[in-house]
Parts: sequence; C-alpha cells; structure tokens
Amino acid sequence: MSAASPVEVDPTLSPDEITFLAKPWVTIVWNDPVNLMSYVAFVFQKYFGYDKAKAERLMMEVHEDGRSAVSTGTREEMERDVQAMHEYGLWATMEKAS
Amino acid sequence: MTGFARHRRSRRVIATFTGFEADLLRSLASQIVELLRNEAAVPDESRDPFEAMMDFSGPTTAPEDPVLHRLFPTAYVDDEEAAGEFRRFTEGGLRDGKAAAAITIIEGLEEAGLPPELTEDGLMIDVELDEPTAETWMRSFTDIRLALATRLGVEDGDEAMWHALPDDDPRAQAHDIYEWIGWLQETIVEALTA
Repeated sequence: MSAASPVEVDPTLSPDEITFLAKPWVTIVWNDPVNLMSYVAFVFQKYFGYDKAKAERLMMEVHEDGRSAVSTGTREEMERDVQAMHEYGLWATMEKAS
Repeated sequence: MTGFARHRRSRRVIATFTGFEADLLRSLASQIVELLRNEAAVPDESRDPFEAMMDFSGPTTAPEDPVLHRLFPTAYVDDEEAAGEFRRFTEGGLRDGKAAAAITIIEGLEEAGLPPELTEDGLMIDVELDEPTAETWMRSFTDIRLALATRLGVEDGDEAMWHALPDDDPRAQAHDIYEWIGWLQETIVEALTA
C-alpha cells in the first residue's frame, strides 16, 4: 500500500483540459433505422450504469442528431465499450475526443 | 401471440407462442447461426503469404456480406490499420457470442416443447426465461432484426412504403416478420424494465 503524494497541477490548465488530457477517446453511437429507442436506452442503462434520464437523453441525441458520444476514457476502455456496443447490435465507433 | 411479460410472482419473463410462431423464430435464429459460422474472413491478397498463413487469429478486413458488415461494424472510421487490429481481436468473440445467443433461443423453444418438425396443429409453446436469458433473447432479436432489415433495405421513415406493398409480395411478408420481431423485442424490454 502506498499513500498518495501531493501532485503539482499545472495552474494554467482548466479542469476541463485536465479531463481531456486524461481521457482522450470517446465512443460514438450512430443512429440506425432498426434499433428501437426503448432498447437503445435500456442498453445505455444496463451497460454503462447510467440512470434512466441520462440514458434517454443520450438515446434522443443519437435519434435526433444522428450520433452521440456515450462514453469517454482511455483508448483501451473505449475499445471495450465499442465491442460491448457491437455485442448489443448498436452501431458504434471510437475516435479521439475533439 | 402475447408478447413478453413479467410474471408477477416468479419475476420470470414469460411468453406464449403458437407452434407456427415458435417454428418461425427457431428458423430465424438458425439462419443467424448459419450466417455467423459460414462466411470465412475475406482473404487479403496483398499480404505476404507466409505472414498470412501464420496469422489465423482473426479477420482484419470487413466482411463482404452486408449483414455481417452491419453486425461487425468498422470501429475506427479514419484509421484502417487500427480498424483491422480491432477486428482481429474482437470479431471472432463477437461471432461466437451472437451464435451462442441465437442457440439459446433455439434451445429455449425446444425445451418448452417445440418438436424438431412441427406437424401438430394447435400446439402452444410457453417460454419462461430468467432475467439473464431474457436479455440474451433480447440481444439476439436485435441481430435477427438487423439481418432482416439489411436484406430488405429498411430505411428511416419508410413504413408507409412497406405497408403499401401487396400482401402477396414476399418483401411485404418479410417486413411483417421484421415488425413482429420488433414488437417481441419491445415487449421484452418492457418486461425487463418493469
């Protein structure tokens, strides 16, 4: 076991930029004409553990905007998420966060 | 035809099918299994033959069949090499998982009394699924719907076009089946969230 030592954080970075550096990849779910809205929201709740409101907001984003960034993390984490989405039959890709 | 519901006491997800419906569902699930097992990865002619021979871990190029392409989408849009690597490491496992899910449907129907050959009139099949099994059926319904929709060329907002087809048009019949599986899936999602 070890104790965390104090870490210097670059004072010029905003909290958003720090998050960006640590989590540079996103999983994108794309709209398709087949998957049911109820099913997509169910998958977001079940797999990501999102609450109903967040899952439905992301589902509506997919439905209306054609795509939604549903998770953020390291490249390896996003590969796992994309694979899981494919298991559920959702059309998912990954890309660097912009 | 009842669709799925949550049994109040046992909490199991239940449905009743006619023999005809159960037989149809089994046939669709069997076709998924066959599709997943049959098409080998498309060989890449440009590779070094020795390297290609030594690498049997998984496909790196997208499947030619449009249904398989939809079931196993390309994960990286702008990076062919990363997409190939992703495919190599994931497609085999995904194929096995989807085939196993379809087999779960076939076995569930047969355990519930669907005979190998449906001959009897008036046969009813009652299925009772625990929650993980119901989720497996739900996932496999997606694969069946994606397969039917890809073959049919279903697009957003085209319902009126399908419903305007004459009843004896085989595409109209296939689309009815597609909608039926969609309805089954809707009721199974409702049952699982109830």
